[in-house]
Amino acid sequence: MRRFVVVAVPYLWLLALFLIPFVIVLKISLSDPAIAIPPYAPTLDLSEGWQGLKDFFAGLDFENFAFLTTDDLYWKAYLSSLRIAFVATLFTLLVGFPIAYGMARAEERWRPMLLMLVILPFWTSFLIRVYSWMGILSSEGYLNQVLLALGVVAEPLTILNTNAAVYVGIVYTYLPFMILPIYATLEKLDMSLLEAAEDLGCSRLSAFWLVTIPLSVPGIVAGCFLVFIPTIGEFVIPSLLGGSETLMIGKVLWEEFFSNRDWPVASAVAVILLLILIVPIILFQRNEQKQREAEG
Amino acid sequence: MSPQTVFAPWDDPHEKPLIQFRNVTKRFGDFTAVDNIELDIFEREFFALLGPSGCGKTTLMRMLAGFETPTEGTILLDGKDIAPIPPNRRATNMMFQSYALFPHLTVRDNIAFGLKRERRPKPEIDARVDEMLRLVQLQKFATRKPHQISGGQRQRVALARCLAKAPKLLLLDEPLGALDKKLREETQFELMDIQEKTGTTFVIVTHDQEEAMTVASRVAVMDHGKLVQVATPDVIYELPSSTYVADFIGDVNILEGRITGQDDDRVEIAWAEDQPSIHAKARVALAPGSTAYFAIRPEKIAISATRPETAPNAVTGKVLDIAYLGNISTYHVELPGGQVIKAQSTNTDRMAAREFTWDDTVWLGWSDAAGVVLER
Repeated sequence: MRRFVVVAVPYLWLLALFLIPFVIVLKISLSDPAIAIPPYAPTLDLSEGWQGLKDFFAGLDFENFAFLTTDDLYWKAYLSSLRIAFVATLFTLLVGFPIAYGMARAEERWRPMLLMLVILPFWTSFLIRVYSWMGILSSEGYLNQVLLALGVVAEPLTILNTNAAVYVGIVYTYLPFMILPIYATLEKLDMSLLEAAEDLGCSRLSAFWLVTIPLSVPGIVAGCFLVFIPTIGEFVIPSLLGGSETLMIGKVLWEEFFSNRDWPVASAVAVILLLILIVPIILFQRNEQKQREAEG
Repeated sequence: MSPQTVFAPWDDPHEKPLIQFRNVTKRFGDFTAVDNIELDIFEREFFALLGPSGCGKTTLMRMLAGFETPTEGTILLDGKDIAPIPPNRRATNMMFQSYALFPHLTVRDNIAFGLKRERRPKPEIDARVDEMLRLVQLQKFATRKPHQISGGQRQRVALARCLAKAPKLLLLDEPLGALDKKLREETQFELMDIQEKTGTTFVIVTHDQEEAMTVASRVAVMDHGKLVQVATPDVIYELPSSTYVADFIGDVNILEGRITGQDDDRVEIAWAEDQPSIHAKARVALAPGSTAYFAIRPEKIAISATRPETAPNAVTGKVLDIAYLGNISTYHVELPGGQVIKAQSTNTDRMAAREFTWDDTVWLGWSDAAGVVLER
């Protein structure tokens, strides 16, 4: 009985906070928009009994999904989101790996403090941190002031409201998710493996390529997924730092929902987004499992 | 006579050593790990560095591998100073205590790792790897990953990997520490076999004195960064240079006393008021009146019910304790003055027929050549 309760708690949690909301969104995506509260039809009316239930299901269809294929805005937004997420993940890896490597190689007594520094930004609101990037990146921002003062540029650079600013925002925001898993694998790395590689004729650099990198692959893969998956649906960063050229599905979804008040289409966009995300999520799970097996 | 007893290049003044430590000192901050060491190791030797943990033996080995550089002094390999040569260009290979097998590579790729770095042609590498797999009898496991084989097999992969490049010098850092006793003993003989087959010079670091005695042609006993004694296992055991060595290697009784008489190589040592002086042969001249230590192994003391007639040394006491080890028994005999002497006897009869038991009065006797007289 106790065991049943222990297992039931997480399942109830998932049911109440994930599955039921998802079913609701799925239902809305199959509905038609209506000028009403809530702004879609049909709604389930159990007072009419069996007939009401039948009418309810008869009112559901895939129109909204069909609509998504007619306007190229949607698939372009999906593709653009994937591309931005991919490039941003790559940048995050390029920045994150050296930081994680440096942390893992630092003296042991410094490591807790370095970890703290990586996590520390989380103590401030995410929104405030993105806003402060606007202050840094705008044409009168700190970055341009410094560059102008140093004479590096003659005219202020336009960074804010471009894809570049979006990349900066994503790399900055998601960096800890890249650093922490990579750090975890590098920290476990047995230093005698590198000595063995050197002993067998490797230079420091080739030992890094042949031993350190292959052995940190699970951490790299985990970090990349942890950045890639949430970035695809990212809304705040592109809407605050991006410009008109920045096309991301999260922004499209928001506009459908709040500007057009077309809940059914917005829901259809969300369902497709979820289907797209399932692929990397499954790959991520598989990577985690493979790593556990290798360690066990 | 076995060939091992003939093999003694350290006694030949014309023989050129493979490795020479010249006044080598290594400090880490204030701590002196290796203190002014002078040591020659010869080709084809199986040389053991023996000592308790922290005695500097691993540091000494890591300097040979190139992971540490001496603070003072020089290390010569084949007459050349190796200080400026980085580990990846040294003709030495090391087997790590943790084995340090690459977990992402198969057994075959682990063994081939060093050969591939030399960019040798592939067929040559394959042939060499096959030869190594045969040598350590792991042909069947070539495609497995390290986590898919047993500890003993991992140990053999590690050995094959560092032998593959045919190094001039093979360094083994506690190579058998992770194996259980039985497997360790088997592997010791395998190691000796492989060492003889390949003709490679082996330097082994160990804290296990039995292991050092079993495998090595010579043993260096270390303490606090210094070499205490460097000699063949039988000399280390039978003629230790100090009570430290005598105590570190095997079981021993150490009796402290004063030299009361000397006649040629014979000395008399007074060691307890109510006990007769010990008569022993001494290898070094000791002035009468000076402090001396008499070290004698328990197996060289005979235990009997009556006073031994012929033994030049005999004492009597009560059996305090009996440690039964199967093949032998160690008797702890307490003398009237409270001193405890350990004596061993081989159990030729089964337990029921044992002669002595607790609280029996027994006699202990030994010849004048059974023990050694030491200054310190």
